[in-house]
Amino acid sequence: MAAPATGPILRAEDLTVRFTGRDATVNAVNGVSFTLDPGEVLCILGESGSGKSVTLRALMRLLPARRTQLSGRIELSGQDVMAMKHRALADLRGTEVGIIFQEPMVAFDPVYTIGRQISETIVRHEDVSREEARRRAIDLLDRVRIPSPERRLRAYPHELSGGMRQRAMIALALCCNPSLLLADEPTTALDATVQIQILLLLRELQRELGMAVIFVTHDVGVAVEIADRVAVMYSGRFVETGPVREIMRNPRHPYTQGLLSSTVQGSLRGKALEAIPGSPPDMTKLPAGCAFAPRCRFAEPECKMPPPAIALSPHHMVRCIRAA
Amino acid sequence: MNAPASVDGGALLKVQELRKYFPVRGGILNRAVGWVQAVDDVDFDVSPGEVLGIVGESGCGKSTTARLLMHLIRADAGQIVFDGEPVRPDDAAALRALRRRMQMVFQDSYSSLNPRLPIEDTIMFGPKVHGVSAAQARERARELFALVGLDPAQFIRRYPHELSGGQRQRVNIARALALEPRLLILDEAVSALDKSVEAQVLNLLLTLRRELGLTYIFISHDLNVVQYMSDRVLVMYLGKVVEIGPTAEIYDYMQHPYTEALLSAMPSMDPDQRTETPPLTGDPPNPIDPPPGCRFHTRCRFAETVCHHAEPRLEPVAGNDAAAAGDHLVACHMRRAGSGHSGAPG
Ligand SMILES: Nc1ncnc2c1ncn2[C@@H]1O[C@H](COP(=O)(O)OP(=O)(O)OP(=O)(O)O)[C@@H](O)[C@H]1O
Ligand SMILES: Nc1ncnc2c1ncn2[C@@H]1O[C@H](COP(=O)(O)OP(=O)(O)O)[C@@H](O)[C@H]1O
Ligand code: SF4
Ligand code: SF4
Ligand SMILES: [Mg+2]
Ligand SMILES: [Mg+2]
Repeated sequence: MAAPATGPILRAEDLTVRFTGRDATVNAVNGVSFTLDPGEVLCILGESGSGKSVTLRALMRLLPARRTQLSGRIELSGQDVMAMKHRALADLRGTEVGIIFQEPMVAFDPVYTIGRQISETIVRHEDVSREEARRRAIDLLDRVRIPSPERRLRAYPHELSGGMRQRAMIALALCCNPSLLLADEPTTALDATVQIQILLLLRELQRELGMAVIFVTHDVGVAVEIADRVAVMYSGRFVETGPVREIMRNPRHPYTQGLLSSTVQGSLRGKALEAIPGSPPDMTKLPAGCAFAPRCRFAEPECKMPPPAIALSPHHMVRCIRAA
Repeated sequence: MNAPASVDGGALLKVQELRKYFPVRGGILNRAVGWVQAVDDVDFDVSPGEVLGIVGESGCGKSTTARLLMHLIRADAGQIVFDGEPVRPDDAAALRALRRRMQMVFQDSYSSLNPRLPIEDTIMFGPKVHGVSAAQARERARELFALVGLDPAQFIRRYPHELSGGQRQRVNIARALALEPRLLILDEAVSALDKSVEAQVLNLLLTLRRELGLTYIFISHDLNVVQYMSDRVLVMYLGKVVEIGPTAEIYDYMQHPYTEALLSAMPSMDPDQRTETPPLTGDPPNPIDPPPGCRFHTRCRFAETVCHHAEPRLEPVAGNDAAAAGDHLVACHMRRAGSGHSGAPG
């Protein structure tokens, strides 16, 4: 199901996620808004605990219902995701939206073969015969460059190497031709030599299928390889969003600047790195104003108020008073 | 930079023909049905004050090498000479003395901290075992906290779970430094940290090295970080050293096809220079019963008949850069005159 050619495929407005616990409330996502065009690749870039995975899961309402407070608006191809029944949501996740996780073992059931899991997903969502589903599964494994796909169809998840499992999971996520792919650090656990293969594969499939992608990563280098647009996340907020070139060449938020200058490149040899002092804030005790203030060398009294989102251009947004 | 690692004398650490095979058990009798050749005839030296980086894909034997150096596991063969003295694995007292001069920091920042002890007690433990009085050990712990950038007043009584990952890794570095070692082995010591925190810890390591005259073996899968930190780099593939040399030589004039592939897999950091073709296809092969000849031949685009049955030896690169000659070693038939490889120098 393709989205209409005009307008974004996905729109999130003021997305907020809190986890309520006995002693404390985790403010995991604090008002995230963005739109995603059909065929666009958005990378959410941020450090551990900044709220990337929770944002991604919130989009498909994949969070533990009992302890989670989710609010805001999510619109996918014109449908109101927040208002959807669970059944409709589950359908959406297998068809229009594909999901890949960091750890492929989460996506696969260890007791069934790869082939069975892929073809059953196809049969569940589309009106095709088993034979046809099997043919499509072989075709998909071939597409994600798994050698001897017919044989691999009979393999159990644990029998595949890390890279192969990740490829098989991509095949599973793509089996119903989604128009939106959500990918949570799908290459983080892999060697650089395998990571680059998977990134190139995703890039190629994305282009061929015209999918929109939201790709979560903590690695600037990975974002540069795959993103059209980057959203830099800090303590549950998008603090800067813009085209990948703009973010790399003209970062305007002090956190983005710090993140880039503390990302080691060999050419810096012999120079001390410009590290960001301190560590990320406790998500149960976020300050009222700019959450980066305790680590920011430009902080002023005004930063005790929530900084506004400033549009430097129609595509470049920065949440910092200095950008004004 | 540093003096080149001289092959004779001068080395703080000399490793010769180090080998460790792990049995793969199977069948009803649980007999060894194969061998993981985790470390196979590895040779290298480390000079005092230098940083030797070790790189390679996961499973190539980096951590096993580190554990062999620390004598946490027993080698099947080979010799380790530390500070001019061969290490005798049967001599318990000598091993204790060795572990005092050689310390290790692991990737998992929890693994060497006792969860039930305030971190100060963990730091004091080593020196006390080695006969330092409690008062002196406490004094030293405070100095070490300050040295690694943790305010003693604020942190010393905390428990490991009350610290962030970066703070815990600083405590681990303090713990490793408590016995005033000469050599620190850092096995993926910054890999689990966020970039902003990783940069802090790298700065700290370089400062400590300068101030205390430390020597590091720096193991990481992050080639950018290794380039930044190391004076020399050793490249491993399936238990073998395939190339070793000064950092600039390895990164700019790499000789081994595997080194080249590994380096081209690094993300470019420039949106206009994206990678277009993967430098290697497939996953690293299984280290159980690795391929004969050159272990890389199954993935090497230059592989020829000779590579399938003759194992290339680690030999000096016949370079025109005289300064580097003798310091840069490679194990590849294509780089050795008369090997029978069509690309070999004439
Ligand atoms: N089910 C949950 N219950 C309570 N807190 C949670 C839950 N899931 C996540 N959190 C908290 O929400 C915050 C954001 O978590 P999230 O998983 O989105 O981080 P992330 O940016 O994906 O980090 P990483 O890079 O480590 O994966 C963290 O403080 C985390 O501890
Ligand atoms: N205790 C062990 N028993 C069996 N195999 C092991 C053991 N430790 C390591 N190995 C194997 O030895 C090889 C090298 O491992 P390791 O040194 O940990 O690699 P690296 O640190 O380079 O990722 C791997 O194939 C690993 O599975
Ligand atoms: S709003 Fe203030 S504290 Fe926050 S990043 Fe900008 S200058 Fe720094
Ligand atoms: S010896 Fe042969 S197979 Fe091995 S790296 Fe050199 S050319 Fe490639
Ligand atoms: Mg995550
Ligand atoms: Mg290891």
